[in-house]
Amino acid sequence: MNIRDADEDLIPSDKPLKIGTHTLASRLIVGTGKYESLSGMRDSLIASQSRCVTVAIRRERLYDGQGKNLLDYIDLERYILLPNTAGCYNAVDAVRVARLGREILKSLENPGSDWVKLEVLGDSKTLLPDPLATLEACKRLVDEGFQVLCYTSDDPIMAVRLKAAGATAVMPAGSPIGSGQGILNANNLRIILEYLKSDDPDYPVIVDAGVGAASDVAVAFELGADGVLLNTAIAHAKDPILMASAMHHATLAGRQSFLAGRIPKRLYAQASSPEEGLITSRPHPTES
Amino acid sequence: MLTISFNGQSISVSEETTIADLIHSSGIPSKFCAVEKNLEIVPKSQYASMQLADGDSVEIVTLVGGG
Repeated sequence: MNIRDADEDLIPSDKPLKIGTHTLASRLIVGTGKYESLSGMRDSLIASQSRCVTVAIRRERLYDGQGKNLLDYIDLERYILLPNTAGCYNAVDAVRVARLGREILKSLENPGSDWVKLEVLGDSKTLLPDPLATLEACKRLVDEGFQVLCYTSDDPIMAVRLKAAGATAVMPAGSPIGSGQGILNANNLRIILEYLKSDDPDYPVIVDAGVGAASDVAVAFELGADGVLLNTAIAHAKDPILMASAMHHATLAGRQSFLAGRIPKRLYAQASSPEEGLITSRPHPTES
Repeated sequence: MLTISFNGQSISVSEETTIADLIHSSGIPSKFCAVEKNLEIVPKSQYASMQLADGDSVEIVTLVGGG
């Protein structure tokens, strides 16, 4: 498919994020859950500049108290939908939910009908993924022709296994879903990025879950993540629209910072002003 | 009358009730939903013709906000 407009948001020297057959104009993917109102959600999605939003599959509760439904507030020309399997605790259920999501998106004629955000949870307290069930569901969905964007922990070996199983993108959690703790183990994320991209630099690695503030988004991109997926950090911010805008700017800032190439970290200082021509003397002549 | 499971609840429906009838009674535009009968997806093209049988288990789902 074509890049969904908003080319003005692309960094000129950057290429757009490609996930399988889909190309996204923004590297930020946002969720549609937990908003106080659907109109607030719509305005936050706009402020985030995202062009890809996640949705969940549930029993018929389409209409809210005012008789409105989610799809009245999502411009299907603007957004590609990414259906998830949230709430599934085994591979069989995840495959069922993925198929149902595909069916709905097909009838909406949304291009997201061929992909899924796979989430198979192991425990309702941590919402951490069940790695064995995730791998099994990933294989089954790949066999059924899905492009699988796979939620996983930040375990590098599991990430390698999921890529080998045919996942279109691996999406490690920065920290538990909705926890707002940011990226707890940057070193694991570094290893995942190195392993998954070593012979395949464009393979998409997306940080999914744990973002609390815009700085977390910038850190993810600076580490080299291709995208960030978040929901609660915007939906539950005091001012969701303002936070959505902050997330957009952090996406651009973090990505630009990554592309620009940061300076190495050093233990000691390096003066920014010239040493030559100083009219003063050093207080401690211990250095050479 | 037939007894079926509809979204986890046991309900009675008249004989010859179709998937399309169930969707209509739920009030959801069929464009926004997907249907699973006895764990198999029901294609939209079969909504009007597929009749329910006693003991069928039907799920009608739609999209909601999620992350």
